[in-house]
Amino acid sequence: MFLPFFETLRRTGVPVSLREYLVFLEGLAAGLATYDAEGFYFLARTVMVKDERHLDRFDRAFAESFRGLEHVTAQDVLEAVDLPAGWLARMAEKHLTAEEKAAITALGGFDALMETLKKRLEQQKGRHEGGSTWVGTAGTSAFGAYGYNPEGLRIGQDASRHQRAAKVWDRRAFRNLDDRVELGTRNIKVALRRLRKWARSGAAHELDLDGTIRATAEQGWLDLRLRPERRNAVKVLLFLDAGGSMDPHVRVMEELFSAARSEFGQLKVFYFHNCLYEGVWTDNRRRWDAQTPTWDVLRSYGTGYRCLFVGDASMSPYELLQPGGANEHWNAETGQVWLERARAQWPHSVWINPVPEAFWDQTRTIGLIRRIFDGRMVPMTLDGLGRAMREVAR
Amino acid sequence: MGRRFGPCHGFRHNHRQIMHFSSTDRYIATADLAVAVNAAVTLERPLLVKGEPGTGKTELARQVAASLGLPLLEWHVKSTTRAQQGLYEYDAVSRLRDSQLGDARVHDVANYIRRGKLWQAFTAPGRVVLLIDEIDKADIEFPNDLLQELDRMEFHVHETGETVTARHRPVVIITSNNEKELPDAFLRRCFFHFIRFPDPETMRRIVDVHFPGIKEALLTTALTRFYELRETPGLKKKPSTSEVLDWLKLLLAEDLTAEDLRRDGKNALPKLHGALLKTEQDLHLFERLAFMARGGR
Repeated sequence: MFLPFFETLRRTGVPVSLREYLVFLEGLAAGLATYDAEGFYFLARTVMVKDERHLDRFDRAFAESFRGLEHVTAQDVLEAVDLPAGWLARMAEKHLTAEEKAAITALGGFDALMETLKKRLEQQKGRHEGGSTWVGTAGTSAFGAYGYNPEGLRIGQDASRHQRAAKVWDRRAFRNLDDRVELGTRNIKVALRRLRKWARSGAAHELDLDGTIRATAEQGWLDLRLRPERRNAVKVLLFLDAGGSMDPHVRVMEELFSAARSEFGQLKVFYFHNCLYEGVWTDNRRRWDAQTPTWDVLRSYGTGYRCLFVGDASMSPYELLQPGGANEHWNAETGQVWLERARAQWPHSVWINPVPEAFWDQTRTIGLIRRIFDGRMVPMTLDGLGRAMREVAR
Repeated sequence: MGRRFGPCHGFRHNHRQIMHFSSTDRYIATADLAVAVNAAVTLERPLLVKGEPGTGKTELARQVAASLGLPLLEWHVKSTTRAQQGLYEYDAVSRLRDSQLGDARVHDVANYIRRGKLWQAFTAPGRVVLLIDEIDKADIEFPNDLLQELDRMEFHVHETGETVTARHRPVVIITSNNEKELPDAFLRRCFFHFIRFPDPETMRRIVDVHFPGIKEALLTTALTRFYELRETPGLKKKPSTSEVLDWLKLLLAEDLTAEDLRRDGKNALPKLHGALLKTEQDLHLFERLAFMARGGR
């Protein structure tokens, strides 16, 4: 009976297995949630979600699966006079095709749409009180956006005086915890923890005194025990694309890595502009008078270094493919050559890209650099950072 | 027709003890939390609780125990805690010493087995609530070492060859502060609940439980200022429920009124803010904000 819901969950990226599903059914059979949409939602959430990062996805999947299900009786239709939000959402849902929704998303005009919608809602309230019907206008595109965009309900909530609160799962209170959102001040701490976890996964050994005493007492002979040392020597090279639109992102990465600095055996930070060429610099203010030749960097840091490039990889193709194509100086060799050298020198390397993953196909150089990095490009999100750590740790 | 409902009510639960957790006179449980706890109690699965520090994760276990009328066993996990310590410990060193001294006890290995919290919970005469506090503090392998024990509620003692099985499956409540990620296999065996920071309405109920009869005007002003302060971007450590309760206690002890808390231009921080802001950076932040506010007029 709930299999479509289960499938929606999996499709939205909530990692549920059959086990959770069966436990959920067991919970229903035990009468933990009956006749109560909210209790049902809470139960499903408790059983199926194992991590706060998935709560938001769960909410969306739940809303999608059970939309409109909770009130479709004749009673509710009558009540709908006091309930514009739910009614309109359903109407809009009915009248809009998937293509139309996609078109609205593609236009990116949600904010404008929301504004119009708000105004129209207010007008309609007046008209409704005046006694004319408002249902007929529900199929207009503004309401379509409303029905489709989960944000919409918030407006429905403060624009109307109906007693029923917005549905819990539509509030999407956990959106900030989803790890597919970009790194920001809120989730930087979690990112840091991941970085630390990565930095600690080494295998040097130290004497385990307690273990030795214990083992010796058990065996009757001196039995030395060693345990992995708690810190370790992950060596990191960080290449940051500095200048222009990249600066805020670069700052986030700098903060992130310098906060974790104590955990790394070595951390070296270099800056470049747009693409790697024959010179990099270690201090962004002195980029012209204190450049380090890239050859020196390539020679000084061995293949054991983990190498992270941070940049949007978006430039004119000439900057990557053409000698002399760089936009600030004359480069004798192409950026591609330099990037390939770096790749060859540091096989444990990843490119971290603040451009959202969905737009990567739209910039040619992103694709090119991605190919140079054998697909090892990740978005600058918590999830992406996790992937990057896994890639370079291998 | 109507008669059929009355006598049958509650019969579904007959095979299980009817236990129900809800808000108590000392603890406000939101609806979702109550559902999560009741699901964990009824289906006998461990409940993993996460949330901002100070939102009452540890307190939850105590309140569940009190509300269900069960004894509580607390196992506080530290960075050095091993899973084995929760089951039992074999004290080889004292046995060695006893053997040197010719103590008769030395012949029975059972004399040197020290029972851990899980063992105590499993062999308790009735059902108990077991709190495993801050599981993320321990080594990353710690949860993996407890999989079987929490799933089947039994474990094997190698030294004596006995198997300890739970007489009554305890209500297990596990808290985590997200310092480490927990393994999937472990998560799959648990129910999960994320305690959100309470909204102002819930906060009022919480305060009401702790300080009944607090003056309405003071409470409103205090909570308004508190939520303002909490929403300030750039705070290192956001004050949370336990901080606001401490602060209100101080306010009451000093007998301050709503007037004293009013915001004035000079003062970006409310009185007795020491209870709310715990780091120096946050204090600096507010001093700077106050300075800018003054400069602006």
